[in-house]
Amino acid sequence: MGKNSEVIEREEVVIRFSGDSGDGMQLTGSLFSDTAALFGNDLLTFPDYPAEIRAPTGSVGGVSGYQVHVGHSEIYTPGDMTDILVAMNPAAIKANAKWIKPGGTIIYDQDNFTEKNIEKAGYESDPIKEENLEDYNIIAAPISSMVKEALKDFGLDPKSVLRTKNMFALGMVYWLFNSNLEYTEEYFVKKFQKSAGMAEANKVALRAGFYYAETIEALHTVYKILPAEIAKGTYRNICGNAATAWGFIAAAEKAGLQLFIGSYPITPATGILEELAARKDLGVISFQAEDEIAGICTALGASFSGRLAVTSTSGPGLALKSEAIGLAVMAELPLVIVDVQRGGPSTGLPTKTEQADLMQALFGRNGECPVVVIAASTPADCFHFAFEAARIALEHMTPVILLTDGYLANGTEPWRIPDMNDLPKINPPFADKGDIPFLPYKRDEIKLVRSWAIPGTPGLEHRIGGLEKTVKGTVSYVPENHEHMVNLRAEKVERVVNDIPDLVIKGDNSGDILLVGWGGKYGYLLTALNELQAEGHKVSLVNFNYINPLPKNVKDIFKGFKKIVVCELNLGQFANYLRMKHQEFTYDQINKVQGLPFTTKEIKDKCYKILEGI
Amino acid sequence: MAEIVTNKLTAKDYKSDQEVRWCPGCGDHAVLSSVQRAMAELDIPKEKFVFISGIGCSSRFPYYMDTYGFHSIHGRAAAIASGVKTANPELSVWQITGDGDALAIGGNHFIHVIRRNIDINLILFNNEIYGLTKGQFSPTSAKGLVTKTSPFGTIEEPFSVGELVIGAKGKFFARSVDTNIALSVQIYIEAAKHNGTSVIEVLQNCVIFNDGIHDNVTGKDVRDDRTVILKHGQPMIFGKESDKGLILDGLKLKVVQIGKGGITEKDILVHDAFEPNPGIQYMLANMSYPEYPVALGVIRSVPGPTYDRSVHEQIGAIKKTSKIRSMADLLASGSTWEVK
Repeated sequence: MGKNSEVIEREEVVIRFSGDSGDGMQLTGSLFSDTAALFGNDLLTFPDYPAEIRAPTGSVGGVSGYQVHVGHSEIYTPGDMTDILVAMNPAAIKANAKWIKPGGTIIYDQDNFTEKNIEKAGYESDPIKEENLEDYNIIAAPISSMVKEALKDFGLDPKSVLRTKNMFALGMVYWLFNSNLEYTEEYFVKKFQKSAGMAEANKVALRAGFYYAETIEALHTVYKILPAEIAKGTYRNICGNAATAWGFIAAAEKAGLQLFIGSYPITPATGILEELAARKDLGVISFQAEDEIAGICTALGASFSGRLAVTSTSGPGLALKSEAIGLAVMAELPLVIVDVQRGGPSTGLPTKTEQADLMQALFGRNGECPVVVIAASTPADCFHFAFEAARIALEHMTPVILLTDGYLANGTEPWRIPDMNDLPKINPPFADKGDIPFLPYKRDEIKLVRSWAIPGTPGLEHRIGGLEKTVKGTVSYVPENHEHMVNLRAEKVERVVNDIPDLVIKGDNSGDILLVGWGGKYGYLLTALNELQAEGHKVSLVNFNYINPLPKNVKDIFKGFKKIVVCELNLGQFANYLRMKHQEFTYDQINKVQGLPFTTKEIKDKCYKILEGI
Repeated sequence: MAEIVTNKLTAKDYKSDQEVRWCPGCGDHAVLSSVQRAMAELDIPKEKFVFISGIGCSSRFPYYMDTYGFHSIHGRAAAIASGVKTANPELSVWQITGDGDALAIGGNHFIHVIRRNIDINLILFNNEIYGLTKGQFSPTSAKGLVTKTSPFGTIEEPFSVGELVIGAKGKFFARSVDTNIALSVQIYIEAAKHNGTSVIEVLQNCVIFNDGIHDNVTGKDVRDDRTVILKHGQPMIFGKESDKGLILDGLKLKVVQIGKGGITEKDILVHDAFEPNPGIQYMLANMSYPEYPVALGVIRSVPGPTYDRSVHEQIGAIKKTSKIRSMADLLASGSTWEVK
C-alpha cells in the first residue's frame, strides 16, 4: 500500500469502466467482477454498449461501458451512480459525467485527451473543468505512454501495445481495491495460448498499472469490501443469457428429451443461441435459421417430432414469430419462445433495456390466442424461469413466452449452483398404445391437455394443423365447435394457475404503498423498498414472474394496501393488464422509457409524493 | 435364414378417413393417388412418414394421408419440415406445397432448405395461379397472364422452378405431370431414395382458375412431341415416332431430327442425372415449348452430405471427446468457488 493511502471499509462500491467500443471495456469489467466474486463479494454487473460494433473512434455514440456494483451485503442492482469512473477518452467523460457520485474518483488516460479527441467529444478545452468535476478525485494517468514504455522491449507492433491499455487501467483499479492479480493473469495464459508474448505483455501492463497506482500519491483511498455473507455452496458468475440456455438444458435432461433451438441472431438474445450451439456435448441441436420465422417454425417442427423445442429472439423477432405462435397454440404443441426485450418500437434501441413487449407477448396475435407468459427477474434466476417455461410448456402442451431483457441477458451475478437432484422431473403427456385410435384433441380432465403422439410411433398416426378442428382432428367450421375449442384453449392456459407458486410479498401484508413490479426490474425496486422501509415508511413490494396466468393470491395481497404503485419501463402495460384482470383496485404508476432502468431515487421520489397524498 | 413375412401395405392403407375436398377434375386428386401408390412401393414403415404442408389448395394434402401430418401456415412448410427432419432424421418427411406457397411467401425457406440439403422430399404443385384465394397470378405465371390482380396482364418475369433449385445448390430436381401417374410414382420413389432435398415440380392443372394452362405441352395429342422424358444413361429421344432428340450445339441444346442431316441415335446426348456439374441439367430444366420439349423425369440427382445427418454426426463426435456429459458436469465446469 502506498504510504499516504487511507483504507476505507465500504459496504458497497460502484465502478464503471468506459471507453471506445474497441478499448476492451467489456473484458476489463468482467475480469474485475470475476476477481471480486472469487474474493467473495456479492455483485451485479451491467454492460452498456452501443449497437454499432465500432462506432467512430472517440465519439460519444461509440462509448462502451461496463459497470460493476460490488458489496459486502446482497447486491440487487448494478448501481445508479458510480464511485469510480475509468475513462479511456474524453467521450467517456461526456457520456458518464452525470452518473458519477459527487466527490467520486475519475481515472483517465491523459494521453488520449488530445485536442482532437476533446473536440470530438464536444468539449472546448478541458472536459473536467467544463463538467465541473474539478473537486472530484481526479487521476490523470499517462496510460498510453506508460504501456509503450513498459512494453518497449517486447517487439510488438504499436497497435498491439496500445491494446493493453485497458489492462494497465485495470491494474490501477486492482491496487485501489487491494485485489489479487492471480485470476486475471491466469486468464491471459488461457486466452493467449498461442502467443505467450501477448500473455506476458498483458501481464506486464497489468502489473505496471498496479505499481503505478502504488507509486503515485494521487490515490488517497483504498477500498476494502469484506466478503459478502452469502449462503454456503459452490458459486459461479453467470449472465442471464447463459442462465437461460442452461435452464433449457436442465429441463431437457429432467424431461428425458433432446433439446432443439431454432433461432436467428438478434441483439440482445443471440447469446442464448451461441451458448446452446456450444453444447453439442449435451446433445443440443442448434439450428441457425434463415430468419426469425424459420427459427420458430423449425422449433415447432422439432416439437412435433417430440423434442423440447425453444426459439430465442428480441421484440422485432417476436413480431415476426406471431403467426407461428398462433399455429403452436392451435396445434397445442409445447414450445418456449424467449423474448430478450430491448427498447422499441421497430429497431428502437437494440442494446438498451425496456419492458415494452408485454402486451405483444400477451396479445400480439390474431384470434383468441392465449399463451403462458412468464418473466425472469435477475440474471441468475433466468435459469429457474427458463426451466419453468419448459416445464409448463411440456406438461401443459402449450407455447410459453419467457420475457427477459437486455440487462438480465448481459448482466452477471454470482450464482449458487443448483443440485440437479433438487429440480423436479418433467412429465410430458405422451400418448401410448392405450390411446389407439388416437384422437389428437382429446383432453385430460384436470389440465385439459391433449396427448403428445410422436411421429415414428406405430398406430398413433394423426394430422394436426392451423385450421379449427374437432376432437378427432377433422377440420370443422361448425360455429359451436369453434367456440367450444376457443374456450377450451383459454381454459387450458387458465388452469396453469394450479401449477404455479403464489406471489410472495416483501414486507408487511398491509401498509400505505405496495410497490408492484414484474420481471427484470426487481433489483431496483428492492433497493428502493429497503431504503423506504429503513426511513420508516409502510411500504411493501411484490414482483410478478408469472404474468399469464396471474398467481391466485393477487387479490389477497393487493387488498392490504392503500396505494398500489405499478413500476415498469414502459407507459403502463402491466398496470393496464392488472386493470383488466383485477378491476376492483385502482393503480398508480411509475414509468420510464429511456432505455435505462429506474434509479432508486426516481422510485423513492415518486413514492414520497404518493405518500403525501394519502 | 427365416423368411421374413411382411404385411405389405397397399395404396389404400395410406388413405385417411377424411373426405377429399378438392374440386372435381383438379389435378391434385391424381397427385394424391400417385403418392399413395409410391408409399406402398417404398420399404418404409408407415409410421415413419410425415407430411408437412403450408397453405393453398394442395396443402390440404396431409389430411388425406393416413400418416403423421402437419398442415401449417403460409409459406413455412419448408421450415417446419426442416425442424421435423433435423430433430429426427429417421423419419421420411414430405413437404407438399404450391407455386405461391413455396416460391412467393415461402421463397426464403425454399432456397435455404435446398442449400442445406435437408433430406426431405418436396412436391411442388405448379399450376401457375393462386387457387385458394380464387385466381390471382403467382410467381410462376407466364408474363402477360390476365388474372384478377393483373386485369391488364402481368408485367413480371416468372420463376423457373428448376433454375431456382439449381441456383440454390439443389442436388435433386425432377418434373412430372399430375395425370402421368406411372412417371410420378417412379419419381417419388427415386426422390424418397435420394439422400438430400428432393424437389419434384408437378405440372398441375387448376380446373377452375387456370384450366388447361399446361395443355399445350401435356395434352394427350401433343405431349409426345412437346415433352422429353429423361432417364439416366439413356439418350434424350422424344416424339411420337421417337425420331427427335437433343444434341449440344456449341453452348446450347438443340432439337434434331434423327435420320436427317446425317444425325443418328449415337449423336443424341445421353442423360447423366448424377453429374455434379449442373450445366447441362440446368439447360434441360429450363427448356420450354415451343423452342424445346419440356423435360420430365429426374433431371438432376447428385449425392451429397445432408444437413440432418451432419448435425447428429457432429453431436456424436463432440460427445465422444467432451468431458461434459451431463448438466451437473456443465454446472461445475469453468470458474467456480466454494463459500463455506
